[in-house]
Amino acid sequence: MDAIILQILNGLDKGSAYALIALGLTLIFGTLGVVNFAHGALFMIGAFCAVTLSRILTLSHTVIDETKTDFLGNPLKVDVPYVHDIFGIAAGNAIIDWAVPLAILFAIPVMILVGVVMERGLIKHFYKRPHADQILVTFGLAIVLQEVIKYFYGANPIPTPAPAAFKGSFDFGAAIGFDPNLIIYPYWRIIYFLFATLIIGGVFAFLQFTTFGMVVRAGMADRETVGLLGINIDKRFTIMFGIAAAVAGLAGVMYTPINSPNYHMGMDFLVLSFVVVVVGGMGSLPGAVLAGFLLGVLESFASMREVIDIIPGINQIIIYLVAIIILLTRPRGLMGRKGVMED
Amino acid sequence: MKSLTKNDLTLLVAVAFLTLFAPFILNPFPEGSAMAQFNAGYPDLMQRFVIFGIFAIGFNILFGLTGYLSFGHAAFLGVGSYAAVWMFKLLSMNVIPAIILSVIVAGLFSLLIGFVSLRRSGIYFSILTLAFAQMMFALAYSVLTPITGGETGLQLALDDPRILGSSQTPEGNIPVPGLFGMEMRDSFDLELGSWVFTFNIGYYFCALVLIASFYLAIRIFRSPFGMMLRAVKSNQQRMNYTGLNTRPYTLAAFVISGMYAGLAGGLMASMDPLAGAERMQWTASGEVVLMTILGGAGTLIGPVLGAGFIKYFENIFSKINATILHEWFAFLPDGLEDFIVAILYPFIGKGWHLTLGILFMMVVIFLPGGLVEGGQRIRSWLQARKSKNGRPNGTTEPAE
Amino acid sequence: MGILEVKNVGKRFGGLQALSEVNLSVRENSVHAIIGPNGAGKSTLLNCLVGKLIPDTGSVMFDGKSVLGRAPYEINQMGISRVFQTPEIFGDLTVLENMLIPCFAKRDGAFELNAISSVMDQKEVLEKAEHMLEEMNMADKRHMHAAAMSRGDKRRLEIGMCLSQEPRLLLLDEPTAGMARADTNNTIDLLKQISDERDITIAIIEHDMHVVFSLADRITVLAQGTPLVEDDPQNIKGNPKVREAYLGESA
Repeated sequence: MDAIILQILNGLDKGSAYALIALGLTLIFGTLGVVNFAHGALFMIGAFCAVTLSRILTLSHTVIDETKTDFLGNPLKVDVPYVHDIFGIAAGNAIIDWAVPLAILFAIPVMILVGVVMERGLIKHFYKRPHADQILVTFGLAIVLQEVIKYFYGANPIPTPAPAAFKGSFDFGAAIGFDPNLIIYPYWRIIYFLFATLIIGGVFAFLQFTTFGMVVRAGMADRETVGLLGINIDKRFTIMFGIAAAVAGLAGVMYTPINSPNYHMGMDFLVLSFVVVVVGGMGSLPGAVLAGFLLGVLESFASMREVIDIIPGINQIIIYLVAIIILLTRPRGLMGRKGVMED
Repeated sequence: MKSLTKNDLTLLVAVAFLTLFAPFILNPFPEGSAMAQFNAGYPDLMQRFVIFGIFAIGFNILFGLTGYLSFGHAAFLGVGSYAAVWMFKLLSMNVIPAIILSVIVAGLFSLLIGFVSLRRSGIYFSILTLAFAQMMFALAYSVLTPITGGETGLQLALDDPRILGSSQTPEGNIPVPGLFGMEMRDSFDLELGSWVFTFNIGYYFCALVLIASFYLAIRIFRSPFGMMLRAVKSNQQRMNYTGLNTRPYTLAAFVISGMYAGLAGGLMASMDPLAGAERMQWTASGEVVLMTILGGAGTLIGPVLGAGFIKYFENIFSKINATILHEWFAFLPDGLEDFIVAILYPFIGKGWHLTLGILFMMVVIFLPGGLVEGGQRIRSWLQARKSKNGRPNGTTEPAE
Repeated sequence: MGILEVKNVGKRFGGLQALSEVNLSVRENSVHAIIGPNGAGKSTLLNCLVGKLIPDTGSVMFDGKSVLGRAPYEINQMGISRVFQTPEIFGDLTVLENMLIPCFAKRDGAFELNAISSVMDQKEVLEKAEHMLEEMNMADKRHMHAAAMSRGDKRRLEIGMCLSQEPRLLLLDEPTAGMARADTNNTIDLLKQISDERDITIAIIEHDMHVVFSLADRITVLAQGTPLVEDDPQNIKGNPKVREAYLGESA
């Protein structure tokens, strides 16, 4: 029992990331009808927003500290971050420590901007082109984006820790009546899951309760009709692309403490996220979220020692296997609508 | 070759000429000169040109003709490589049985995967092929280590049984792949003045296979089968209402292109007898997509050009570094020199992928027909200039 | 007993009863028109005949065999060819190649991996295709891109492609929709000629009364998913029920 709960928990954080990326992919696909292979790159750019902010916050200038000397007796040079000068040492350190959560504020405008530029500059011209062309051009864009990041940040993963307050783990088992230390779960993963739930809830609420969301939903159902009503759907779709980019970006920002960001993390997640979207049902937002969590948890179960002992290697292929089975038995995915991309 | 049209024959002769004289064509700069680093006429690289050319020709039979975009074709190349290495380990170091087995094994895998994947079309097909390939990659990397060598890859060893042949050479080395006594790695150099041209047996073996593959591709393109495939791409609905079940056609195309990939994998292992799982990863599948599109999907020569282009850039472009750039622009004033080098630097050396990505996007956006279409446009532009009173453009564009 | 017998066919989409108790009998070698106002269920009925939709109730028999549950390509193999409202041709292929595809297709749909021989070596098939192009008056366009042709030419090509299969029943879905008057008249003449010269049954769904009354031997009027009346053209013209349901509305 405890092992099962542990695996469910373990699957939730990865599932959250899948769900967030898949949500953005589905938004873009559902509204714009574009298959965006560069969506993983947006996730990656989000992660590097966190890296960038933490670098900005630790920008330092060198001062000579007369009170300290090195072993030769010379006055010691120390790097003092500018934030210390501005906010004082204690507050400055706290700000540096909280770089990742703060990066959310930094990433939102950046990601929206990236998304809007991408849509206006490139994607817009591909609405009427075949899906294969869309895949190809966004695939090219993904390569370009990841190479740009590689150029500026190098090829190695960059550790970006969570705030000290969230280090360590929560003894989940003890809290629900199991023996201590059976089910322990890092705090940051709990945060990540809650954060993902919040974003997903936010997106759904936004689509459900705002006029903007209503028009977008109508547009997803029937683009031409909404266009005929005289509603400037294109502009709304641009904004929608920005939002989808922001969702992917925030997923990336918050993921940095779990996995140190590197330039190819986007591609790694993209392949799986696409599988998630297809399993959930192309064009279905709830499907994307459901499939994201489902596959995350499944993957985690398949990694259990007991399971691997029975079916070796199953942890490596479970997601693909499920995708193949679903695609062949339920061509529209778990919650897909009829007629989406069926020709 | 009787039934080839004049154009096709010209194309075949051109490919044969280019591949057979590649050691000269690719080594235009004298040894030791500043430009010698752009020489691509060394065996290892030339082999890769033709092997990836074969891979891309095969991919194009599927994608170019039917429009089905597979994102998992590298998996067939991978199993081809494994099959060939196993043949070297168990049977003999002769490349012929190894390559035959590669093609057969890749054919069987593609039959199975194609049968399942082709039940869906469009993006679903792409995702299915991707999923299968990633599965095979993951398994080859982990559980199947006894068969695939896992992370280190599958290599020959001194104690391989090798039924028709010896486990070791008299000197106690691992034997090398060969063809009836000729070793694939053997080369001889021709020195003409300060030029050095290398002729490698392995390369010429691959080149002959490429020419044969290209000839076969021409035949397929011009056959009723090829026409059916183009019809599938153009209008599946009409195919169905013409009483044709499209699946056997697409499956046959899938298997043929999978066998081409297996052939490429077998050749790869014949040149260097090892096989690794990374050959099957989806980035490798993405690469053959890039080659085909860049060269011109659906055209005969395009994939070969694309493969050569990308492999050239990968190996030559990526070797230019900042020092070399500085040498080139040394004639400029210092400030300007530094400025130009700083601008160019991100695009060369390790950054060549960036150039490739940009180039690829440009091609998809502006030149959907790839380099071949680019060449055609330049040609018709030149023709239009030559004969001012001629028609402004020679091709009729579809109206819808 | 007609070549095509539709009995008690019903089809429901969610809350909408698109077809109910449709009975229809198409006599061999006749031209049978199915008319009706928009939303009468004409296209749904057609889709049921060619295997694109499966009706909820009833039976569709072609030449004594049921077509229900068969894939479109199987139904085509039984001898039913379909012409679409918007011409469905192979836009990326040349006109000649378009015609070659049905000529290469085996009557039983058997797959043949004819991958090595050149198309140009298949003299018999080439001749057949060329012959059909001449019959359609489009031999001079044989090397043209099919997508670049006018709508009327596309329609001719599509009809030619269907005829080259020598079908027993040709189904046409509003073949003159969106056509200029001249093209419409050409199409009418073509269909008349086909029906006169060939051993073929034609079923046509049409909106344009001019087309219907110039061609049809027999007319079924469909209204609200069910046949109102089936009769000869002269009687249909005078039928008050039809006037009310259809002619009056469109006049």
